[in-house]
Amino acid sequence: MKHQKLAFVLMVAFFLVAPLVLYPIFLMKVMCFALFAAAFNLLIGYVGLLSFGHAMFLGTAGYVFAHAAKVWGFPPELAVLAGALAAGGLGVVAGLLAIRRQGIYFAMITLALAQMIYFFYLQTPFTHGEDGIQAVPRGRLFGFIDLTNVWALYGTVLIVFLAGFLLIYRIVHSPFGQVLKAIRENEARATSLGYDVDRYKLVAFVLSATLAGVAGAMNALVFQLAALNNVHWSMSGEVVLMTLLGGLGTVFGPVVGALVVIAMENYLAQLGAWVTVTQGVIFVICVLTFRRGVIGELARLIKKPL
Amino acid sequence: MTEIFGVPTQALFGQLLIGLINGSFYALLSLGLAVIFGLLNIINFTHGAQYMMGAFVAWFLLNQAGLSYWWALVLAPLTVAVFGMIIERTMLKQLYKLDHLYGLLLTFGLALIIHGLFRNQYGSSGMPYAIPAQLAGGQNLGFMFLPNYRAWVIVFSLVVCLSTWFVIEKTKLGSYLRAATENPELVRAFGINVPRMITLTYGFGVGLAALAGVMAAPIYSVNPLMGSDLIIVVFAVVVIGGMGSIMGSIVTGFGLGVIEGLTKVFYPEASNTVIFIIMAIVLMFRPAGLFGTQK
Repeated sequence: MKHQKLAFVLMVAFFLVAPLVLYPIFLMKVMCFALFAAAFNLLIGYVGLLSFGHAMFLGTAGYVFAHAAKVWGFPPELAVLAGALAAGGLGVVAGLLAIRRQGIYFAMITLALAQMIYFFYLQTPFTHGEDGIQAVPRGRLFGFIDLTNVWALYGTVLIVFLAGFLLIYRIVHSPFGQVLKAIRENEARATSLGYDVDRYKLVAFVLSATLAGVAGAMNALVFQLAALNNVHWSMSGEVVLMTLLGGLGTVFGPVVGALVVIAMENYLAQLGAWVTVTQGVIFVICVLTFRRGVIGELARLIKKPL
Repeated sequence: MTEIFGVPTQALFGQLLIGLINGSFYALLSLGLAVIFGLLNIINFTHGAQYMMGAFVAWFLLNQAGLSYWWALVLAPLTVAVFGMIIERTMLKQLYKLDHLYGLLLTFGLALIIHGLFRNQYGSSGMPYAIPAQLAGGQNLGFMFLPNYRAWVIVFSLVVCLSTWFVIEKTKLGSYLRAATENPELVRAFGINVPRMITLTYGFGVGLAALAGVMAAPIYSVNPLMGSDLIIVVFAVVVIGGMGSIMGSIVTGFGLGVIEGLTKVFYPEASNTVIFIIMAIVLMFRPAGLFGTQK
């Protein structure tokens, strides 16, 4: 526990000091995607379910947040809540369908469902198609914190990210989380011990979807934009990459993975399709030789879980 | 002009034809996925990229080597199959003992690399590929105009699918394959070179994808992105059909193509999503798929 506390302090310190040298918007994007990847990791890392459609939750929450904030005039806290609840609701429906199959089928089903959602958003008028919902007002948090101020916004994103991160840590280390791990290790055994495996999977799926929704709404708040690229299958692939690179089933892996992948996208953006090639190469290298990921390897070195 | 349910017959049969064409591609691609999955236990995410490569090889053969469509029909699947077999030998082979999900992740990464490289080289606008002269023109059937090339695609895909079914279900070679799918160790003990069989099977599945790509080249343009969305639809087709049965893949592929075509006529807004909706319904009532068996 001590080294995990130390790692947590280091992470908080990084996000407090980093805006002095790095662009705050870049760091806020990293935090949103770190939360997204951590939520995704809750499924793959602790229940062993590979969702290849998590972009649908990120994108849905972004759209609902943006629509609520811009068209309905919701204050930011309620708009984020609306986005997260919408993602959670979608998570119930998608989860009920996807948990009917396991393993590879689960991945294909979530991918196909996400593609359906993508086409829905492409056609439905409220998302404004290719343009997306632009110029979403940031508004005043709780009526008095002006989020147009970049530091107020940074603080808000940091607090939401840390709260989400700690919640996931709590879930994973609770008795509920132990059952999830048991399901990952041996599903038949967990069933025979009397656990309603499908219900545990569904609850984990909905939790993951809701937290991914929080990340999606925060991301839309930061960029004042909800657009199609956040619902596209390539986004679902990116979150898999972040988690794989950082370390599946590690607490801090998704954060490191998100930092690396977002940095790569930012600094290699002018290279166009080479970004996709690089991501593909990282996928191949990770799968063939580096399956523990950055944090997983680090944890093995110090022989303690991270 | 005659009408059925308020829809002009011309439009109805036109969409039905497009549905059958798409269905041919769904059938060829899901068949390849099913054959690969049966033996390798890997879902080949690179399938869409390999379909695209088939079309590109055909385009190269025509424009660089002057070799016609008919040559491409043979050479492109072979080329892409060799490429696939190299991938199997060098990379996929290392993953057989691990969780099947790693195979999915590796082939996804490979698909990203291939798509990225082709997009760098050729942009995302397509390049035209002419219909071979022997198949230009069409027949007037009275109720509709049937282009010869489209008729050829449907008939030829059916022949390829049914031959594949025949080889796997009715020949000695196929019986080895089915046996190795059930229990590779035992088949190996009988003196059959299972690793080589796995490599060839992967090559065959990939070759089917490339063949579909060659056939698609004159209908859709040759485009680096042509396989990336298609593969997701094919995944849904595979979930609907279940991967247990070869005939099931063929029937589901053609059937869903037709349903998608009809949706374009009667309710165009849902034509992109109808296959996914069917998948959701099938999952509710028959989670193992229409022709599958739950393991």
